Amino acid sequence: MSDQTLKKEDFAKLNRSEQPKELVVRESISAWKDAWIRLKENKLAMISLVILVIIALFAIFAQMMTPYDYKTNDLSSTNLPPSTEHWFGTDALGRDMFERTWMGTGISLQVGLYAALVDLALGVIIGGIMGYYGGKVDEILNRFCEIMYSIPSMLVVILLIVVLEPSMFTIVLALSITGWINMAWIVRGQVMQLKNQEYVLAARTIGASTSRIMFKHLIPNAMGPIIVTITMTVPSAIFAEAFLSFLGLGVQSPAASLGTLINDALKAMTVYPWRMLFPAILISLTMLCFNIFGDGLRDALDPKMKK
Amino acid sequence: MVRYVIKKILFMLLSLFVLASATFFLMKAIPGNPFQSEKNIPPAIQQMLYERYGFDQPVWKQYLNYMGNLLQLDLGTSMKQQYVTVETVIKNGFGYSLQLGVLAILVSIVVGVLLGLVAALNHRKFLDGFTIFIAVLGVSIPNFVVASALQYIFGVQLRWFNVTGLYEPLDYVLPVIALSFLPTAFIARLTRSSMLEVLSADYIKTARSKGLSGRVILVKHALRNAILPVVTYVGPMTANIITGSVIVEQIFGIGGLGKDFVSSITNRDYTLIMGLTLFYAVILMIARLITDIAYGFVDPRIKLTRGKGGS
Repeated sequence: MSDQTLKKEDFAKLNRSEQPKELVVRESISAWKDAWIRLKENKLAMISLVILVIIALFAIFAQMMTPYDYKTNDLSSTNLPPSTEHWFGTDALGRDMFERTWMGTGISLQVGLYAALVDLALGVIIGGIMGYYGGKVDEILNRFCEIMYSIPSMLVVILLIVVLEPSMFTIVLALSITGWINMAWIVRGQVMQLKNQEYVLAARTIGASTSRIMFKHLIPNAMGPIIVTITMTVPSAIFAEAFLSFLGLGVQSPAASLGTLINDALKAMTVYPWRMLFPAILISLTMLCFNIFGDGLRDALDPKMKK
Repeated sequence: MVRYVIKKILFMLLSLFVLASATFFLMKAIPGNPFQSEKNIPPAIQQMLYERYGFDQPVWKQYLNYMGNLLQLDLGTSMKQQYVTVETVIKNGFGYSLQLGVLAILVSIVVGVLLGLVAALNHRKFLDGFTIFIAVLGVSIPNFVVASALQYIFGVQLRWFNVTGLYEPLDYVLPVIALSFLPTAFIARLTRSSMLEVLSADYIKTARSKGLSGRVILVKHALRNAILPVVTYVGPMTANIITGSVIVEQIFGIGGLGKDFVSSITNRDYTLIMGLTLFYAVILMIARLITDIAYGFVDPRIKLTRGKGGS
């Protein structure tokens, strides 16, 4: 190298278009697409997703499938076993159990989804504030959360519903009064981790507003754990609602949730066991699918967390 | 250490105070009062009832009275069962619930840890998959479904056990299985995953290269460390068992505290609801305190000088 003397010709200008600087060989894959590819490989999670979709479709369209509805009493055909006429049998008032079961599934799913959505809204806002501002604000809100969290949530929910009279609205309200804390802590942890990353500092330097940094930069990057938490909230809310029904604090007749159906069926289980069968299978299947799907989602969104 | 425990206890008392106040004002917020539903009560008797339960006094005075009584551990008298104090209800019912609960906790820890161990030692083999399957099922099937299925299959159909009641040792089998179903599944999952983590740690390799026997490594080195996460689960497990006991006692017709709780709610017996709620809250908080302290003892890496602080 050292022997060679450099001549002026060596410094000729290269034509820029001759050599591309970097070649993108493959199609670029976003983090979401990557997660989706990993999720698709997880067969159990995909099966659960399909089953959940089927259950939801049945819950929506079941009323078109039979000539009956969930609330009409027919005292000439009470306590019938499953038959071609009434696919899941009838209850003590002659109401068609097929319709009631799917109606109940729909209500249970709605309670789960609404509770998860309220948790999401409250948790993201309060958790975001705690994580972003830190300091005194964080200290005060965190203390508040700790006190709320140290009170057993099921007891608070029961007390609230005793006072408020049960309906779907009050049940969702009561469930989310304690439910958002978990979400808030997860968002807080994520935001605290992310807020000092370069891209957030860069955004702040060019004068992005706090809400823009929050919703365009921080929250989207914390979305993985948030989504996983939501998926896990749904089955626990469904269970909580069923537990309330068991105490007679569930959705009131003639409407029904899976929990109220099971509770009604329990009273006559020795004589009409099939009335128990379908709601029990559906609630277990729904919760099972949500749990498996949630596990799969967690593995797909954050491979590091995989156990 | 002592400071940490004292801080935790103070915090617990604060939470209890918040809960007690909240329950009191929630119950006061209900329109009307418990004695209006009984029809045709002569005004004089109504007046006596009001005086007896202090309803004729202003709310703040009732609140002070209530809190004062709570400080003396007096939870009040039932509104629907005459002359029955909340204390009596707890004394009569808690024995059954405690027996079932303690048995269920023991069963879940023993069976759960064993299942988790077996799964971790047979990683990616049939037994592992089987355990994961059981664990997911256990977390997903609500305990009232488990309880009523057990009752129907083994009580009603096969007649191996009595359908209801708690009179002979065999009667404990079904309720305890139903109660421990979920915690067992959860503990099995926890033990499995932490065992897998521990088994690939360097100190296990060291122990193995020193030529220690497999059993010593397993019990002295691996299991000891793998069991740590299970300790943190004691608090949530108590909560699970309490909600579970409410259901299981109702299904198997056991006259425990859970059954009293359900009937207090159906009867809208407010003093009983408040009293039992507080009682449950105290148990849960004590369970959490024990978890926190125990965790510091078993894991020397955790220093108990600062709270865990959320995330």
